[in-house]
Amino acid sequence: MIHSYKLGGYNIVLDTASASVHCVDDIAYDAINAYKTGPREKLVRDICEKYGIDKSEAEECLNDIAALESEGKLFSEDDYKPNLDFLEKRAPVIKALCLHVAHTCNLNCEYCFAAQGKYHGERALMSFEVGKRALDFLIESSGNRHNLEVDFFGGEPLMNFEVVKRLVAYAREREKECGKHFRFTLTTNGMLLDDEVTDFANREMDNVVLSLDGRKEVNDRFRKTVGGVGSYDTIVPKFQKFVKARGDKSYYMRGTFTHFNTDFTEDIRTMLELGFDQLSMEPVVCPPGDAYALTDEDLPILFEQYEKLANMMRKRRDEGKPFTFYHYMLDLEGGPCVYKRISGCGSGTEYVAVTPTGELYPCHQFVGNPKYLLGDIYDGIKRKDITDEFKKCNVYSRKECDSCWAKLYCSGGCAANAYNATGNISGVYKYGCELFKKRMECAIMLKVDEMMSSAENV
Amino acid sequence: MKRIVTMKTRDLKASAKNGGCGECQTSCQSACKTSCGVANQKCENKAK
Ligand code: SF4
Ligand code: SF4
Repeated sequence: MIHSYKLGGYNIVLDTASASVHCVDDIAYDAINAYKTGPREKLVRDICEKYGIDKSEAEECLNDIAALESEGKLFSEDDYKPNLDFLEKRAPVIKALCLHVAHTCNLNCEYCFAAQGKYHGERALMSFEVGKRALDFLIESSGNRHNLEVDFFGGEPLMNFEVVKRLVAYAREREKECGKHFRFTLTTNGMLLDDEVTDFANREMDNVVLSLDGRKEVNDRFRKTVGGVGSYDTIVPKFQKFVKARGDKSYYMRGTFTHFNTDFTEDIRTMLELGFDQLSMEPVVCPPGDAYALTDEDLPILFEQYEKLANMMRKRRDEGKPFTFYHYMLDLEGGPCVYKRISGCGSGTEYVAVTPTGELYPCHQFVGNPKYLLGDIYDGIKRKDITDEFKKCNVYSRKECDSCWAKLYCSGGCAANAYNATGNISGVYKYGCELFKKRMECAIMLKVDEMMSSAENV
Repeated sequence: MKRIVTMKTRDLKASAKNGGCGECQTSCQSACKTSCGVANQKCENKAK
């Protein structure tokens, strides 16, 4: 399968199964798209007629296409399905935890998928003992995996900062004796960021995700305190100080866009003006009936915005003021192997979420849904039937993905989104697919542009 | 090739032979937490 598109002044052809990327001129673009549609003589004739080139030139172009086909870089077959076998047989391990240290929050954001941090349950803080047992559970369940990931999540994790600190100290103690390496992430709304947190996070956290929606009026529409006051004026100076102190360690300024700010590149612009340069902007996750839910009419606007964003990135790069956007980061040469690309997101298999009382769920988005309670950190996973269901969620488990050109960039989509949209984790959240594919087109175009503009400079 | 420039990309067929170590980051442990994407992840296989 191939996918061809024109964007940013380039003609781009992707070969799905080999994940090859070709940048081609108009003649090759037409020739590749017509290549499988008729006899060679007709192709040659059509190209010559349309472009006024001689036969030998058209022949040469077709020969190049044939060469790429035989190298497996065009029209290649997706024959990775048998590789699922290896994944089936690979010893099951858990290597990542989403640690819900606080099911409570000091903000009251209306759109919160976690229902103001409480996940439809009681307010709760995780005790050190529960957290410690969760880390032990992770070490015990991780087989011979060296890198273990723990995300301090909530609610607002800094409402339980003492426990976070003690847990990190505990993990650092254990990692030496167990031959493991912990990578920590903290996701915070910024309200409680102070010098102590900053020092700690910059020392111990591999990544910090800071929530800000962009423009003041956009941020404050949803991100308010319980008393209804917008958080922007409080958090922005804190974030600026934090990011400055962070130096070159990674962080993400993460925003959410909704039906009310489909022009989200303006929010990205605000983030840039505030001095942030590692950015992420995500579509809101909510029931379709909500007033702020994204609509079908929003889709073309969002597509345009994603293109606009890509152009902003090109421009800033050329001006020597580059920034990164999470979904546009692609590693074409050093990116994931095919196993990773076909195996799904890992929720409920190698990744689980732990609640303040130590319950286990397939991922943070399933927390609080009794149907998906897997077990707990003391007795481990009891509901193998559920984890089996998650294990089966991969790029070959959905017929929609079979014919999707983006499947090896996506690996089958988000089980939680699928569940929310269709009631089934092996469904497909089509709206999300549309956005995802658009983002991939833009991300790949940016890579092509990088290559082509550096080639020009040689 | 005159009309086609091919980007350098990882050989996925070869990665089926030496990949699958599982040391890489879990897809959702990052900035997003609301969708799945794998292509932006780094491979951490030492034996690659
Ligand atoms: S974008 Fe959608 S259809 Fe395509 S692979 Fe992902 S989940 Fe499947
Ligand atoms: S199901 Fe969705 S939200 Fe949960 S871990 Fe997977 S990609 Fe992330």
